[in-house]
This record gives sequence, structure tokens and C-alpha cells, in this order.
Amino acid sequence: MDLSAINPILLLASLMVAATPILLAAIGELVVERAGVLNLGVEGMMITGAVCGFIVAVNTGSPWLGFIGAAIGGALLSVIFGVLTQFLLSNQVATGLALTLFGLGLSALMGQGYIGIKAPSFPDWHIPLLGDIPVIGPIIFQHDPMVYLGLGIVAATWAFLKYSRAGLILRAVGENHEAAHALGYHVMRVRMLAIMFGGACAGLGGAYLSLVRVPQWTEGMTAGAGWIALAIVVFASWRPGRLLLGAYLFGGVTVLQLNLQAAGAAIAVEYLSMAPYLATIAVLVIMRAGRAPGSLGQSFHASR
Amino acid sequence: MKLNKLLTGATLALGLATGALADGHEKTKVGFVYVGPVGDGGWTYEHNQGRLAVEEHFGDAVETVFVESVPEGPDAERVMTQMALQGADLIFTTSFGYMDQTINVAGKFPDVKFEHATGYKQADNVSVYSARFYEGRAVQGHIAGHMTESNVIGYIASFPIPEVIRGINAAYLHAKEVNPDVEFKIVWAYTWFDPAKEAEAASVLIEQGADVILQHTDSTAPQAAAQAAGNVVTFGQASDMAEFGPFPRVSSIIDNWSPYYIARTQAVIDGTWESTNTWDGIAPGMVEIGDITDAVPAEVKASAEAMIASMEAGDYHPFTGPINKQDGSAWLADGEVADDGTLAGMNFYVEGLSGDIPQ
Repeated sequence: MDLSAINPILLLASLMVAATPILLAAIGELVVERAGVLNLGVEGMMITGAVCGFIVAVNTGSPWLGFIGAAIGGALLSVIFGVLTQFLLSNQVATGLALTLFGLGLSALMGQGYIGIKAPSFPDWHIPLLGDIPVIGPIIFQHDPMVYLGLGIVAATWAFLKYSRAGLILRAVGENHEAAHALGYHVMRVRMLAIMFGGACAGLGGAYLSLVRVPQWTEGMTAGAGWIALAIVVFASWRPGRLLLGAYLFGGVTVLQLNLQAAGAAIAVEYLSMAPYLATIAVLVIMRAGRAPGSLGQSFHASR
Repeated sequence: MKLNKLLTGATLALGLATGALADGHEKTKVGFVYVGPVGDGGWTYEHNQGRLAVEEHFGDAVETVFVESVPEGPDAERVMTQMALQGADLIFTTSFGYMDQTINVAGKFPDVKFEHATGYKQADNVSVYSARFYEGRAVQGHIAGHMTESNVIGYIASFPIPEVIRGINAAYLHAKEVNPDVEFKIVWAYTWFDPAKEAEAASVLIEQGADVILQHTDSTAPQAAAQAAGNVVTFGQASDMAEFGPFPRVSSIIDNWSPYYIARTQAVIDGTWESTNTWDGIAPGMVEIGDITDAVPAEVKASAEAMIASMEAGDYHPFTGPINKQDGSAWLADGEVADDGTLAGMNFYVEGLSGDIPQ
């Protein structure tokens, strides 16, 4: 085994990139679940975002417009889920699963004419001064803007939930929707907004795959990333800080196991392939504290 | 992609009902089971091109159906059973992992003919067919050995099955032949199709110094990763992947299934179908080498083309001795050519490759 072949700086740098799609999708789902809604359709919204973002980016030539299109696409799909579960009071688990299946099929249909086309390039930012710091510069400050946007969304979500009045209302709705309703808050409006935010974030995560990470459109390209994002939300005990840790840990071990393989590590490949899942679950379970939002997954109707 | 399946199933049932009513005589129905989406740009894409060629060749005499993204495992059995129940006369199952399922379903439907790609289990109504991709791998290895400057070649392998191991060995032998210092770094992705994982594997290999990436996975993601890196050479896998030419994609292996699919469908129509074991290479055209671009120096291109020509003429076999196994024991004596049985079950690396094959 030749561990010197692994460059720790490049490893840490690619960790941030590998974690970004999961991070984006997971932070959206975290807000949705904190509002008391369980949307299992993350995978479907991600893949729809991936194809919407790709279509917009190819047609306009601008990856930024692509990301906006992806967010809108993901949010629109989530509105279907919102209307079904919030207004028609359908079962959230079943509706979420259906949303994933629908998203996979819809994206395959939408992407028909876009197979084998290249996306417009999305250059890395070389942040002046900060990017020139030895070691830390290449690890943290030389990525594409979406990596920083993802981090920004996580930080903003954390601050929003912890300090803002609106965040408090959202948490109240998630903890006990009847009490929140009795206090005069509009439970359904809050939840619809949370669901749309979740959809938009999942769409961004998907578009990160189709516009930056891969970057092109192939059917089924999210390949389960949405489910990982869902699991990370739960294991992170619905807290943004831990969610960041979980996503980076998952991304890090994923990249590390490939690095070890390429360096010829004498560990069986099967164990290496399991490692990202095991490590993420182990660490987040050991750290875990806190519990699910009180009203998670329950339907609400004002008459009850 | 369950929804796809449901929809396909529904359309199938609908098509069957109306089709039977509309014209009294029965069409020959050919089913295809795909492991990835038809839009993967690689393996499944080429099988689907074969299906389209069958449709075009026979016109109204043949009806084709397909189900894409069928996982290897019990679900495949359900899909095949459904196809057989819906009246398919001939079913192509196009991935190694469908082998046992194909045999199981074939046992239940003795009147339906099955064709399993890349497997080795035959039955009275199950043929197996595959292409000698290792001939193409040998050409890739030859070009790769010349093109690499870092002398590190990255290889994205899928599953540790003979087919993939053959490819690694063939590429390594021919890279080593022209460049004795060459080293292979192999990553097992354990997937046929996962663009994000393939992209990551490619980036990791590039970070560890590889300037040529060979892939045995089906998506074009490694091509894109190589393109982003700027100075890394790739080869199209299963399909031409010409959109990444002339650089990084400098050549490709193309699977051309159309002639075989047409011939087998014709055999079913004529009633002459028999269980066979087909393993064709460059000579009959089942394996094609995509255009070698100008990014490859002219003399390398010429020697690669000479190699293709000698394989086509049957003068050269990529596994010609002397070749030792990884542990140093002799496999082929000088001038000896590998027999098909050993190749079909190949489970060892040749001398010079490092690392173990996952068990």
C-alpha cells in the first residue's frame, strides 16, 4: 500500500465537493421535518431539480440560471406533495414515496432530448487572498460558488431556527400543531412554505450533480443520494450543525475509501464500500441527543 | 424506476389487447431487459440501438418491448416472467447479474427463447452471447501505454467478474508491452451505473497521478471528470462517447449488437433457433473500435490500427504467451494462446498488477 499517493489537501478539498449535494438536500428536508412534515420524496425532487437545472442551463448558457430553474423545479414538485398532504390530508409517507417515483419518471421524460449534451462550465472561485493561504486555501477557498452557498444556507437555517421569530413559529408548528393553531398561527401556510423550501434545496442539490459534479444529464443520476440525505437528517437529530458534520463525514469517507482503493490498501473493498454508511451512522448515533419534532408525520386539520 | 416499469407494463397490456384484435396474425414479440436507463450513453444505450435495429429490419413483422433500469436480483425474475406471460417469443437479458434469474424463468417457460448476455449458464431454451471486449481493451492498453506521461493508469472497475478482470489484464499486458514502467491503479466501484460515484472515482484516480482513465462502468461521468482535469486521456466504454472527442476521449470500444439481435430474431421467425454460445470479437464486428482521434500521435495510431487489423485477420490473440499469473506462476508458455474456457472464467491478475481481486 502506498499511502503517500493520497494527497490530504486534495482529499479534504474533494470532501467538500462530494458532500455538497447531500448537504443541500438534507438541510431542506431538515426544515420540512422541523415544521412537522415528513417528505420522503427528496430523491424525486433532487432528480427533478437535476433535470430542470440542466435544461435551463443548457438553453440559457448560464449555470446560475440553471440553479434557479432547479430550485423552482424542485419547489413546484414539492407543491404537489404539499397540496396532497396538507389540503387533501393524504398519508405523508405514501405520498412522499409516490413523489420519488413520480420524480424519477418525470425527470426521465423531461430529459429525453438532453442526453449526451454537455453543461455550460461552472468555474471554481479562486477567492483572492484567502485562496492563497497555504494548505487551508486549496482546501476551503478554491471551490465553486455552490459549495459556499450550501454552507451559507446551513448557517442561515441554523440562525433562522434558533434566533428568529419566524423560526420559533416553524418549530412550534412542528412540535405541536394544535397548540400552534390555538395560538393563531397558520399551520398550513407555515408547512407549505417549509415544504417548498425543502423542494428548492433538494432541487439545488440535484442540480449540483448535473451541473457541477458529473456534469451532464443521465437518467437516475442521483442514484440514492436523496435517501442518504433523509437518513442524515434523522441521525443528525434535526440539528443543522450535526447535519453539516454528518454530510461532510459521509462525503469524506466516500472519497477516502476510493483513495484507499486507488492507493492499493490491503482492506477488502467490500468493507471500504460500507465505510461511509457505517462511519456516518456510528458517529451520529454516538453523538445523538434530542428527539423528533412532536407532530412529525401527522396530518393536521383545524376541525380536529 | 418502478413507475417506468408500471407504465411499460400498462402500455404492454394495452398494446397486446388492441394488437391482437387489429390484425389476426401474430407478430413475433421480442423482449429486452436492461440494467440501466436507455439514456446512459453506454452499455444499455447500445443494446437499445440493437433493439431499434431489429424493429427497423423487420418492420411490422416484429414487435419489441423493453424494461429499463431493472435491478440485478429477484426483481429481474419478475420482469422476465411478466414479459413471458405477455407473449414474448424471444427475450434478451442484457446483464451478467440476470444469469440465474434467466435460467429460472426459462425453466418455467420452455416455449420462450432466452438470450443472456455475458453469462455462462446455458439451457435448451437459453443461449448465451457476449463480445470479446478484451480485444478492444488490448487496443486501449496499447494506446494508453504510449499516451501516459506519469506512467500511472487509472482503471474504474465495476464488479469482480471474469469479464471485467479480462479487461484489466488485457489492457495491462498491452500497456506494459509498450511502456515497461506503467502502473495500474484500480478502483472497484461496485456499480455498473452511478454517475456521481464514477465521477468521484475518476477524480480520485486523477488526484493520485493517473493521466489515463480506463472505465468499465457505463456512464460518461469519468469522461467529464477527465475533461475538467484538462490533461487526462479517456476511452469511450460500450458506446462511442464521441461528444468527448477528440480529447480527452481518444478512442472507444463500441458494442455492436444489431447484427446478432437481427440474426437471432430471424432464427425465431424461421423456427431454426437453437441454444448456442456466441462469443464474437472484432472480426465479425460485434466489437468495434471507435475513431482514434488526432490527439494520438500518428505512429501510435498506426500501430494500434495494425493491431486491430491483425486481430481482425485472426493472426493475433491478445492473450498470447509468455504470460505469468500475478503470483509469478506460469500461465501461458511462449507462443501459447489462452483457451476460451480459462478466459471465460478468468479470476486472476497477470504478473505485474498489484492488489487483490475482491472476493
